[in-house]
Amino acid sequence: MQILNFTITENTQLTRDIWRVRLHNPQAERPKTGQFVNLQIDGHYLRRPISICDWEDGTYTLIYRVVGQGTTALAQLQPGQVINMLTGLGNGFTIMPAQRPLLIGGGVGVPPLYYLAKELVKAGQRPTMLLGFAREEDVLFQDEKEWDVKVVIGGYVTDGLPAHYDAIYACGPEPMLRGIDRTAKALAPGHMQLSFEARMACGFGACMACTCRTQQGYKRICKDGPILTREEIQWT
Amino acid sequence: MDLSVKLSGITLQNPVIPASGCCGFGHELRPFYDINILGGLALKGSTLEPRFGNELPRVAETSAGMLNSVGLQNPGIEAVAQAIVPALAKDFHQPILANVSGFSLEEFVKSCEIITQCDAVSIIELNISCPNVRGGGMIFGTCAQAAAEIVAACKAVVTKPLYVKLTPNVTNIAEVAKACEAAGADGLSLINTLLGLRIDLKSRKPVMANKMGGLSGPAIFPVALRCVWQVYQAVQIPIIGLGGVSSARDVIEMMLAGATAVQVGAANLVNPMVCKEIIDDLPAEMEWLGIEKLTDIIGGAHA
Repeated sequence: MQILNFTITENTQLTRDIWRVRLHNPQAERPKTGQFVNLQIDGHYLRRPISICDWEDGTYTLIYRVVGQGTTALAQLQPGQVINMLTGLGNGFTIMPAQRPLLIGGGVGVPPLYYLAKELVKAGQRPTMLLGFAREEDVLFQDEKEWDVKVVIGGYVTDGLPAHYDAIYACGPEPMLRGIDRTAKALAPGHMQLSFEARMACGFGACMACTCRTQQGYKRICKDGPILTREEIQWT
Repeated sequence: MDLSVKLSGITLQNPVIPASGCCGFGHELRPFYDINILGGLALKGSTLEPRFGNELPRVAETSAGMLNSVGLQNPGIEAVAQAIVPALAKDFHQPILANVSGFSLEEFVKSCEIITQCDAVSIIELNISCPNVRGGGMIFGTCAQAAAEIVAACKAVVTKPLYVKLTPNVTNIAEVAKACEAAGADGLSLINTLLGLRIDLKSRKPVMANKMGGLSGPAIFPVALRCVWQVYQAVQIPIIGLGGVSSARDVIEMMLAGATAVQVGAANLVNPMVCKEIIDDLPAEMEWLGIEKLTDIIGGAHA
């Protein structure tokens, strides 16, 4: 974990309500895929947790949806402005040995899968991305070269499950994750990793605001998660 | 320059203590700094039985603060006394304040009996002010007589200083404080959170699953300061001041109002470095304000 000030190098609107911000600090350490940052926005007391879409040489790429006052303020920030981020939060994905890893994302659950796919490619794997978006104009990451992308507009992303896969990594709304767990075939232990969301305060495990029940006791989404394996999950 | 303070004969190297519920059981702050620089550590509130706490969402943002309705999630007082505190004390050598809550007088007493046997605990902080649990917590702290009964019963079974954490959600906090002192309390921690609510405009429903929750953060600092001020005039026992403290200047202001030591709560959640920064900043603030010994200023604003 690090607490650092980052300089915004870019803050661009991608779709109707989705934005991409790039932030740089030369001292920023490389995060694990699936980790998140908690960023401080002037005038807002609590930090805002956002997943990591990419990292390169001290520059973070975050893709966020403008949903409330905090993210509205974030979208107004200009290149050159400085914001404070708590980084390296959460357990992150564990890369599993697999021939056909399947990455399933929905909405703003899609961006962290981009960073994961890049790491899988580096590890010599060929991932497939199955992405669900509400509308045609929401689509992100359709034209990737190093992996296969299949997009589902509206409906259930699980309708697009391919025949062959031996690992699943997924991030998106809870009903989608639940659907994946219900629909996907049996996989080796640890080969289904789902990334959960929760309203949180600290982001580093101190306040117990985001605790959930699991098969292995209570876990904090921010610290012991946000990634839980299929074997750990206890649906409520 | 002397930053040390004393609580019931226990010396703290400085008055800065992360508040209960804002630092877990201490480990969460370790990645950020050496926790042995702290004046002490107040552990997550614990009950006789393990608790999951309230359903999610448990937090909501407010202007200059936050609401929480965590609801005393804890592994149970036995686990705290047997495993968690001994593990923490292996390499944490500052006073540990064990925070105890409950749902009945009997439960408070049983928990006190267990935690008082834990060698590494320096002070027992009785939480009769949690706004987030039904049929317990705050109910004991809103009535002077009920508070006194709990304090007297717990005092009879503990061998360590007993501090009582009070709620500001009362008409007259000094009256409750006096009742606790008369019942044998060795000190007071004030204040716990103020009961609040947020409603989501889109869903038209309360943001938190438990609906109401406790307000903390800078928004409540003046309220906390006022409570410390009033209680300082009403009792002789030491006061730990808390509620919105976020800077070295807040610490000094709290001590001028009458606090002997200070706890830092919500500020840790937005800046995990805050306690270290406050401790680092204190000498310069003291020099600027012409303070040689911190203990010299306790209650200084009442003169």
